[in-house]
Amino acid sequence: MNRAKVMSFIKANTMIIALVVITAFFVWQTGGKIILPQNVSNLISQNAYVFVLATGMLLCILTGGNIDLSVGSVVCIVGAAGATLMENRDVHWVIAVIFMLILGIAIGAWQGFWIAYVRVPPFICTLAGMLIFRGLSNIILDGLTVSLTNTTFIRLFGGGADCYISDLFSVEGFNLTAMVAGIITSVIYIIIQIQGRVKKIRKGYEIEPIQNMLIRSVIISAVIIAFSFQLSRYRGIPTALVIVVIVVLVYGYITSKTVLGRHFYAVGGNEKAARLSGINTNRIYFIAYTNMGFLSALAGMLTIARFTSAQPSYGQNYEMDAIASCFIGGASAYGGTGKVSGVIIGALLMGVINIGMSIKGVDSNWQKVVKGLVLLGAVIFDVVSKKKNN
Amino acid sequence: MAKVLLEMKNITKTFPGVKALDNVNFEVIEGEIHTLVGENGAGKSTLMNILSGIYPYGSYEGEVIYDGKVCRFTNIKDSEEKGIVIIHQELALVPYMTIGENMFLGNERGRTFAIDWDETYDKADNYLRIVGLEESSRTLVKDIGVGKQQLVEIAKALAKNAKLLILDEPTASLNEKDSKALLDLILQFKKEGLTSILISHKLNEISYIADKITIIRDGATIETLDKSVDEITEDRIIRGMVGRSISDRFPKRESKNIGEMALEVENWNVYHPIYEDHKIIDDVSLYARKGEVVGIAGLMGAGRTELAMSLFGKSYGTDISGRIKINGREVNLPNVRAAIKEGLAYVTEDRKDNGLILGDTIKHNITLANLSGVSNKGIIDADKEYNVAVDQREKLNIKCPTVEQNVGNLSGGNQQKALLAKWMFANPEILILDEPTRGIDVGAKYEIYCIINQLVAEGRTVILISSELLEVIGMCDRIYIMDSGKIVGEVEGDKATQENIMSHILKTSNKGA
Repeated sequence: MNRAKVMSFIKANTMIIALVVITAFFVWQTGGKIILPQNVSNLISQNAYVFVLATGMLLCILTGGNIDLSVGSVVCIVGAAGATLMENRDVHWVIAVIFMLILGIAIGAWQGFWIAYVRVPPFICTLAGMLIFRGLSNIILDGLTVSLTNTTFIRLFGGGADCYISDLFSVEGFNLTAMVAGIITSVIYIIIQIQGRVKKIRKGYEIEPIQNMLIRSVIISAVIIAFSFQLSRYRGIPTALVIVVIVVLVYGYITSKTVLGRHFYAVGGNEKAARLSGINTNRIYFIAYTNMGFLSALAGMLTIARFTSAQPSYGQNYEMDAIASCFIGGASAYGGTGKVSGVIIGALLMGVINIGMSIKGVDSNWQKVVKGLVLLGAVIFDVVSKKKNN
Repeated sequence: MAKVLLEMKNITKTFPGVKALDNVNFEVIEGEIHTLVGENGAGKSTLMNILSGIYPYGSYEGEVIYDGKVCRFTNIKDSEEKGIVIIHQELALVPYMTIGENMFLGNERGRTFAIDWDETYDKADNYLRIVGLEESSRTLVKDIGVGKQQLVEIAKALAKNAKLLILDEPTASLNEKDSKALLDLILQFKKEGLTSILISHKLNEISYIADKITIIRDGATIETLDKSVDEITEDRIIRGMVGRSISDRFPKRESKNIGEMALEVENWNVYHPIYEDHKIIDDVSLYARKGEVVGIAGLMGAGRTELAMSLFGKSYGTDISGRIKINGREVNLPNVRAAIKEGLAYVTEDRKDNGLILGDTIKHNITLANLSGVSNKGIIDADKEYNVAVDQREKLNIKCPTVEQNVGNLSGGNQQKALLAKWMFANPEILILDEPTRGIDVGAKYEIYCIINQLVAEGRTVILISSELLEVIGMCDRIYIMDSGKIVGEVEGDKATQENIMSHILKTSNKGA
């Protein structure tokens, strides 16, 4: 491989390389503690809300670098309302879940309306939302903590001691279900790869060199299997992981394969051109923020389930985690580029840094400094590499 | 013998692919008013941009000699220090600042860390009186009319101790009264010894004010007329501006097959989107038949783009009234989607800003206006999309290694073809092409002309908006001439000459000013 090829490979996979390097760094620094089964499992459970919020945030950012500052407060108010309904009003958890989702969508639509149709700058509108919904959460909870007792709800949304998929097999100390799921996933991945290649060959399209495909399949399968092996050695698949995977798959599909997804990229890439191509750009903004409300509601459920309670302080700085994951994951600060897969890498990177530093016992203030620098570095990289292209 | 204030010698300026100025010589005597005339794109503004240092020394060949010294300006500040001040056609005032703040913007009174506002406003008031404005310099610029803003620009120039004032179409957006006041002011300054260079399209203004007239055409100075020596007539100037012949730069159409009525527009009126009492399109009626290439000629700012965009799903303007018929049936086109559905396409003049998503692939750009053509129930068929893109690339001969390449990396001509491909894939009956050959090389132009011919051969209708008279004459079956938002003339393609189109435009401008 020549130099140019190496450079373009590095450029295309910067964040994956960064993730690998940083993980390796923490494996070395923590003496391997970071890849212990419990920590691997926690990486998902603790950060489930980041994956969900960052996916929604990506859609907002795609429309032109617009962010939603209110998600932390929306997470809190949705959780507060749900917990109050379930615990103080004895509402069935299914009805509470439906209510929470509707509440999130309604809040999203409220902000989306101002942003899309009145053209209030998103930054201002969601800053207002951040204050409004934080205040309302406090009012709903009366400043107090509401403890959750509904074990079904807690378990379903990844909280409590028993938030794992039940093991179908009974092997002592090893959750075979997780292992099997991991193997099935990697087999499906490889089948999809082969199918795609066969289809391309049949239609006479350009195909990539076979070794690229082989190397990629081997690495990804190995990561999936290693990951599920660690999960198996702990307690199996966290339910939160199931929710995250569904969200990621659905939104990954929407952004890459649907007309709606294409419209998001077009609006962010060149709004005027998009409008003159017959795209209803206002509607795209509206959808982005309404959807953000929906995913904030989902994140709200994950949050109260994980803490088995609702408090007026929940969700603080969640918007920052989501925004940071998007930009670290390669979404452009100007909109129009970014992928769900990138956002996942970004969120994982943040998660690894979090857990790694916690294990090392780094002071939480220093953790913030490091995360801030990582975010800045990622965006500088984006801006500089764009400039070079021009 | 009067003193030569400015001499520009053998100026040559090339942009990638285009020679904008070719060995131009230009001389201005101290204390005269010298006008520059020429078609759009002839090179007038380029020449003035070199003079004012916007195109720095080194980016052009030749010499600029001002006040007896060779000048090597690297930016506007350099030229302004010498007293050369340019006032651009587009006003460069900040609306939410006061007149005084604007006047000394970048030239603040007082010290760097302590602006002297009293001195600023006092001096600004003085300059305002000189240009005949009664307003306080503490008035916000947005609160005064366009005519007065233009005078503020001149006052701003005076505040910079201008010795040579360059005005680029200063009256383009002014009404008759304001124009007259402005010209009189320039005449008065002349008496006080100020030298001016004026770029204008309005012949009556030129004959009213000019001492000398230099005609530029295709990046070369054709001649300089002296009011005291030559007899200056409109015909003389027009001939100078357009005097060249149509060679075989345009592909011939095999057979003309002009059919039924495709598009009829009746009594179309459009108002400015921000200044809602400003009428941009004034009672325009036109029609186009199937298989016909209809041209819309006119100068920049005549309202051609605004007309086209307002027709295309009301994407420009407010308070739009009038009727559109497509294939004899009256249609309502409230948005772009509806317009596309009725078979209309508008290919923008500004491919970078309004047409293409430069950071996205050729493939995605081509399918953007017709995603339903490559998708099923909202899900995109990636294979179909790829095939469509490859197919369009072949048809329009877009030169690129793969359709997965970013459209921003293509040359101008190929970008233009990609933009055309996008709209052709939307399969329209009527295409409005706005300046489809601007800024692209001769070869690509020819290819685009061939595409236009092919489109009409298939029975489609093409409306061609162009500032290049030759192009309109060479390509069109019928030509509308627009000026100041009105249709001021209509000529058959085979009877059209550059002279008669130009005289339509210039004669109506005369009436207006």
